[in-house]
Amino acid sequence: MNILVCISRVPDTTTRILVGGDGVSIDTQGVKFIVNPYDEYAIEEGLRLREKNGGTVTAICVGPDAAKEQLRTALAMGVDKAVLVKTDKYFDSYFAAKNIAEVSKEMKPDIILLGRQSIDFDSFQVPSYLAELLELPSVSVVSKLTIEGNKVIAERDVEGGKEILETELPCIISAQKGLNEPRYPKLPDIMKAKSKPIEEKQPVEVEPKVSVIGMEIPSRKRIGKILADTDADIEEIVKSLHEEAKII
Amino acid sequence: MSKILLFLEPFKDGLKRTSYEVITAGRNLLEKSKSSSKPYDSMLGVLINGTEAQANTAKEYGLSNIVLINISNLSNYSSTAYAEIIKNVAKENDASLLLFAGNATGLELAPRVAAKFEAGYISDCIGLDIANDEIIAKKPVYAGKAQISTKILSDFKVFSLRPNVFTSVKSDASDLNLQTMNIQIDEKFSKVIVKDVIKNEGKLDVLEADIIVSGGRGIKGPENYHLIENLAAAFGGAVGASRAVVDAGWRPHSEQVGQTGKTVSPTLYVACGISGAVQHLAGMSSSKFILAINKDKDAPIFKVADYGIIGDIFEVLPKLTEKVKNFTGK
Ligand SMILES: Cc1cc2nc3c(=O)[nH]c(=O)nc-3n(C[C@H](O)[C@H](O)[C@H](O)COP(=O)(O)OP(=O)(O)OC[C@H]3O[C@@H](n4cnc5c(N)ncnc54)[C@H](O)[C@@H]3O)c2cc1C
Ligand SMILES: Nc1ncnc2c1ncn2[C@@H]1O[C@H](COP(=O)(O)O)[C@@H](O)[C@H]1O
Repeated sequence: MNILVCISRVPDTTTRILVGGDGVSIDTQGVKFIVNPYDEYAIEEGLRLREKNGGTVTAICVGPDAAKEQLRTALAMGVDKAVLVKTDKYFDSYFAAKNIAEVSKEMKPDIILLGRQSIDFDSFQVPSYLAELLELPSVSVVSKLTIEGNKVIAERDVEGGKEILETELPCIISAQKGLNEPRYPKLPDIMKAKSKPIEEKQPVEVEPKVSVIGMEIPSRKRIGKILADTDADIEEIVKSLHEEAKII
Repeated sequence: MSKILLFLEPFKDGLKRTSYEVITAGRNLLEKSKSSSKPYDSMLGVLINGTEAQANTAKEYGLSNIVLINISNLSNYSSTAYAEIIKNVAKENDASLLLFAGNATGLELAPRVAAKFEAGYISDCIGLDIANDEIIAKKPVYAGKAQISTKILSDFKVFSLRPNVFTSVKSDASDLNLQTMNIQIDEKFSKVIVKDVIKNEGKLDVLEADIIVSGGRGIKGPENYHLIENLAAAFGGAVGASRAVVDAGWRPHSEQVGQTGKTVSPTLYVACGISGAVQHLAGMSSSKFILAINKDKDAPIFKVADYGIIGDIFEVLPKLTEKVKNFTGK
């Protein structure tokens, strides 16, 4: 099985976010970058598919030179090959999808695995965009995946329940928590990954589709009525829900 | 001049609540565009595999044109088929702005349609406005720790709206002009289809609820969850959970709120015995009102709370439930 896993490089979830000097992006000083948490499920699923069916797992990232660190994490987890489509410019999801599509056209994977969203911009679009560019079926936010021969059964959460979907290979799947339990890379594998080659590619240039014109830290204008737990306090809160918030 | 196309979804006797939110947002944009140099000329709804009666309910929200498409050879949802149909409706009707609800279907479908037009797409918007002749979308980024204002550079524009943030407002449209079409979809567009839907019977989903009561590790075990459920019932709301609770196996993942769970924006979010880690806040900080109950006065959840009770949930919850019942009668 020829498996392609897409990973993006994002700030660690606990990082404090500050707006940078340009007013449209974050100040990256001191920010720790990680593999997008959902992509770990995608990597793990790729490795499990290889363990079952044989083949190779290739990880791809569209990003700056520093993203090699995230590709090395994927290598340490066990992917066979890593490709970096190198760009230093700010880019949007369309740019990422278009460049992943270019590589896929050469590679012709049986399955492309992604995360359900990147936790930086939460744009939620590379999987579907890629699917259209490659004219492939796709299922987003998958929490269970079964592949028998060419037949693919995927489960995903929707409002009020679950959908069971059926499709066939080749296809595109975006991963949700619950799909599997990603393995932790072992120290020797982390060491080995350091010397593994990472193939670098030049991006195809595409016109940006969106532009960020401002970034701000949302101010929380919360009421902030914090009381103790006496009967009178609880009564007061319930009254506020009724009179002030008009919820009940 | 071109049209604003709205993707509508059928639900029971009408449309999904989020569809009415999409209509209201479309109406506001249409209105505002009138005084800009790039006005839109009207709104058009597209409803797939729905009924006339369902479409008719859109009228109350000021929508007067709907294309109702019934696919004779496909009764279930298929992202590939739906995307193709929406593309065709947009082309035939000269639409250049598309709005979707940012729910499971919309989040999957909207970028597919955008790709067909090589168009820019902005997901999960919490605000849409027109300033200096341009549509400016606001959306949370970095798990809600920041917010961006952003615009689409292509002529064709696609947006999805975070559920429950855009309130739906009724407005009378005179008459509904319904154009019904029965079509066959080419097999190549139905390579992925929904085979089955498993409903959480009788349970209100956090994504559909106006009020959510969530429990955290402070609840100590699944056997105590009735305290959370009782309060939720008193409010007529849904039950949610923190990841700590889900990872411990006390509650199903479908109830998890947060970065790796669901993103919710209810009118009221009640956090019981939840510390308020950033990853939890990522999923609920856009709630209109937040009530926190925690025995630790320094718990970070109180920093984002409108209302807070510092106390032991085992004592507070039963009392709170009784008092809420007095108001709601539930
Ligand atoms: C990549 C990543 C993704 C994550 N995604 C999510 C996510 O989607 N959702 C999520 O929730 N978390 C997520 N987390 C986990 C998150 O960091 C926290 O660990 C988690 O939210 C903690 O859950 P909690 O508040 O229930 O538990 P704790 O942090 O243990 O807090 C328990 C709270 O209960 C209070 N308490 C205890 N007993 C009582 C009592 N008797 N009465 C009143 N109060 C009491 C305590 O004071 C404490 O504040 C994620 C973490 C990572 C790294
Ligand atoms: N720059 C990128 N390089 C490789 N994969 C990416 C990139 N951006 C996004 N992806 C993949 O697409 C998924 C969804 O991201 P997004 O659409 O940006 O929210 C991520 O979880 C990744 O698997």
